[in-house]
Amino acid sequence: MAQAPDRSTGALDYLVVRKIYGNKAPQSGSDETGDKMAQATGDGPKSNGILGPVPVLIPLAIFIWSLSFIGPVSNGEVVRLSYDWVPSLGISLSFLIDGLSLTFTLLISGIGALVMLYSNTYLAGHPQYGRFMLYLTSFMLAMLGLVLADNLISLFVFWELTTITSYLLIGFDNESAKSRRSALQALLLTGAGALALLAGLIILGVAAGTFEISEILAKGDEIRAHALYLPILILVLAGAFTKSAQFPFHFWLPNAMAAPTPVSAFLHSATMVKAGVYLMARLHPALSGTDVWMWTLTIFGAVTAVFASVLAFRQTDLKQVLAYTTLMALGTLTLFLAFDSGYAITAFTTFLITHSLYKAALFLMVGCIDHGTGTREADILGGLGRIMPFTAAAAALAALSMAGIPPFIGFIAKELMYAGAVEAATSPVFVASMALAANALMFAVAGIVAFKPFWRPGQPTPVEPHEAPWPMLAGPIILAVLGLIVGIAPGLIQGTLVTPTVAALLGSADEAKELKLWAGVNLPLFLSLGTFAIGFVLYVFHQPLRRTLAAIDARAPNFDRGWDRVLDGLKALAEFQTRLIQSGVLRRYIFITFATLFAAIGTTLYLRTDLPDLEGIEVLAPKQWAVVALIIAGTISVVLTRSRITAIAALGVVGIAVALIFIMYGAPDVAITQLLVETLVVVLVAIAMLSLPFLDKPGRHDHRPLDAVLALGVGTVTTITMLLVLQQPIDLRLTEYFEQTSWPEAFGRNIVNVILVDFRALDTFGEIAVVVVAALSAYALLRTTAKEAQ
Amino acid sequence: MKSLILRVATRYLSALLLIFSVYMLLRGHNEPGGGFIGGLVGATGFVLYAIACGTTMAREALRVMPQSIAMAGLGIALAAGLFSFFFDDAFFTGQWLFIGETEDDKGYPISTVLFFDIGVYLVVFGSILTLVFAMEEEI
Repeated sequence: MAQAPDRSTGALDYLVVRKIYGNKAPQSGSDETGDKMAQATGDGPKSNGILGPVPVLIPLAIFIWSLSFIGPVSNGEVVRLSYDWVPSLGISLSFLIDGLSLTFTLLISGIGALVMLYSNTYLAGHPQYGRFMLYLTSFMLAMLGLVLADNLISLFVFWELTTITSYLLIGFDNESAKSRRSALQALLLTGAGALALLAGLIILGVAAGTFEISEILAKGDEIRAHALYLPILILVLAGAFTKSAQFPFHFWLPNAMAAPTPVSAFLHSATMVKAGVYLMARLHPALSGTDVWMWTLTIFGAVTAVFASVLAFRQTDLKQVLAYTTLMALGTLTLFLAFDSGYAITAFTTFLITHSLYKAALFLMVGCIDHGTGTREADILGGLGRIMPFTAAAAALAALSMAGIPPFIGFIAKELMYAGAVEAATSPVFVASMALAANALMFAVAGIVAFKPFWRPGQPTPVEPHEAPWPMLAGPIILAVLGLIVGIAPGLIQGTLVTPTVAALLGSADEAKELKLWAGVNLPLFLSLGTFAIGFVLYVFHQPLRRTLAAIDARAPNFDRGWDRVLDGLKALAEFQTRLIQSGVLRRYIFITFATLFAAIGTTLYLRTDLPDLEGIEVLAPKQWAVVALIIAGTISVVLTRSRITAIAALGVVGIAVALIFIMYGAPDVAITQLLVETLVVVLVAIAMLSLPFLDKPGRHDHRPLDAVLALGVGTVTTITMLLVLQQPIDLRLTEYFEQTSWPEAFGRNIVNVILVDFRALDTFGEIAVVVVAALSAYALLRTTAKEAQ
Repeated sequence: MKSLILRVATRYLSALLLIFSVYMLLRGHNEPGGGFIGGLVGATGFVLYAIACGTTMAREALRVMPQSIAMAGLGIALAAGLFSFFFDDAFFTGQWLFIGETEDDKGYPISTVLFFDIGVYLVVFGSILTLVFAMEEEI
């Protein structure tokens, strides 16, 4: 067995289990190659049945529905829909449709539809296809809710829903440890950011006096001058930066590539990672314009963009390359949100649309390559142009847009970026050079992703290359062609999406700059030409450069490993304090619980120094004395016996005596419940006790005297408390209310039951839910320990 | 437990307890009783059966897994609560229907409240049996 061209590919290894025998390319489906997800499609004609493509209709319907808003929104209208959710807290389920949210809605639903169509083929015959579609649809709806929400709290709820659903999507391949780790990492990191965000949004809402976003945006000056502006900004940006994977929180994003390719295409083009960018854009009118805002976003955005482009260049797995270019795009978008000039914001909007189109197309294209060849290694792939002509065409169109070559929309976006950079309010030279570096690297990366695999010679791939079926090609081709169409005719998105979005951010449609292919001979044009030149050189020398970068990268601090160390530390701390506090001896727990109770009540009683007035306490009748005697006899038996069964039975006697007290004082329901519960507890505990040894002999470590003292102490303070309670005048309003309304309003004469099932039904529902959860958990525990014992 | 007397007695007692539990459930709205108590009584019947004849036979007699009964009860209770949405009322507002209502007689009342109580009954019944069966089987 010869050593196969099995390079160390870092993050890819967990998915790709390569077994390449000599130079023979193994037959399709007979070998464990490629993306595990793609593999399911490998062996013959499998499908998801006729219901498979049905989920596509959901995003499609939303897409068509949101198209109907283009008319009003491009006329400058802002559509608001509102529904009271928690009126007492000022939280409403309100939605806002303006240029910004409409652009996002169209991108999410449009790309969502294509991704779902693609998934139906990509995951054809996958046993968990239904689950996958459920996650994907839930995620998409959460994302739509997020971009449409007009209330800070409902925005946050949707924000967290995207966190949870993306966790499920990233960890979809739940049998792979790497996949689970990546999902958890994304969840913890974005979840931590979301906690900061929640705090930030609440302070923002309190500072602005309203939680409605549309009202907050009108109060920008007031908020910027507010004493709490800085905490708000830091907390909100912490949420946005973690979600949008800004440096140094970037490392979860490339790991999230553990998800199936369609998920990556969706999450990393228009949705999940853009949520942070969306938030910054949404709150731009309220928070931007200060030096802190400008410099923070400039520095974080620029560093992320350049750092990510360099790392993208260093990768060999095509999907990882794209992951890092996504980081670059997020950095660039953040960078341009730093400013409030017309050019910067127009550049932001145009690049947002451009990136979503080409990135989704490229991810889907990589999925096609993976599906058709069984590998995503840039160094192996080559010469696919003739075998996969449609994939090659889609890749070429998308990559030309990414490289920023005219007449693609990517070119216009790049020109606008340079125009925005030149008039940057922070430091034009810094911003322009950062943008130049990132764009040149993107140019080179475009070549690596979309030129080399198709038109340069390569090595044999694990699977005999074949073209992808049309449902998988539809997505990348449509998206890539769109990039060309809107590049040639930018007017298509100018008035419909770009200008309304700029108006949403800057407050006036006049600020929007015109999207045009030929803007004359100016500085941006020269910067563009420079980009091409540097990018070309970088592409030609990319293999030696990559080796150098890999050497540097190996020595640089590794954030991913750092993350592991943080988690390990956390676990060690948890283990340490658990060992410290949790002794595992049940008796000690009970002792501490009751000692705390005694100390707390005793201290309060001592400080208040009022003793109960024993006058006026009614004298007990003989039958009541009998019950008291029963209780005392039961208690004494419990204390003195050495047999557990006797102890349990004696304890049952005490419980039944208490039930008798309830009957005497006219609470039959409580008495019956007490009786039944007491019976069942005796049975249950007796079953459990059967296999336990006799109670400890009173020996050297006799704990009984101390226990007795504590028991007497707790009994005394409880009695005193009860007597004191009795001396308080009782507020009978509730009792009277229930007595009066129980029959006329709830048609029941048993007030206890009417309260349980009608007046306070929600409480009861919560309680029975707890009962079920407790029973199921106990069942699971018993079953697991029983299995371990065997 | 191999006691012939207990096994024979259980046959009648279990049946009696089950009937009694339904009686407790249905009278609960006006007299002492209700879903919680009914569920406890019903569970007692099966617990007795399990003690006398073993959990295998008890499970066979029950036919359905007790966990499923508890979950079904939770679902019924939730559905009873959600039903009020059709009438534009708040969550868990009781909805009533009086069959054969006349001037001075309310007739036979049927309500979502009753269904909620049935849900409570099933939850208590199923949860207790889940626990008892699992514990007995482990010993």
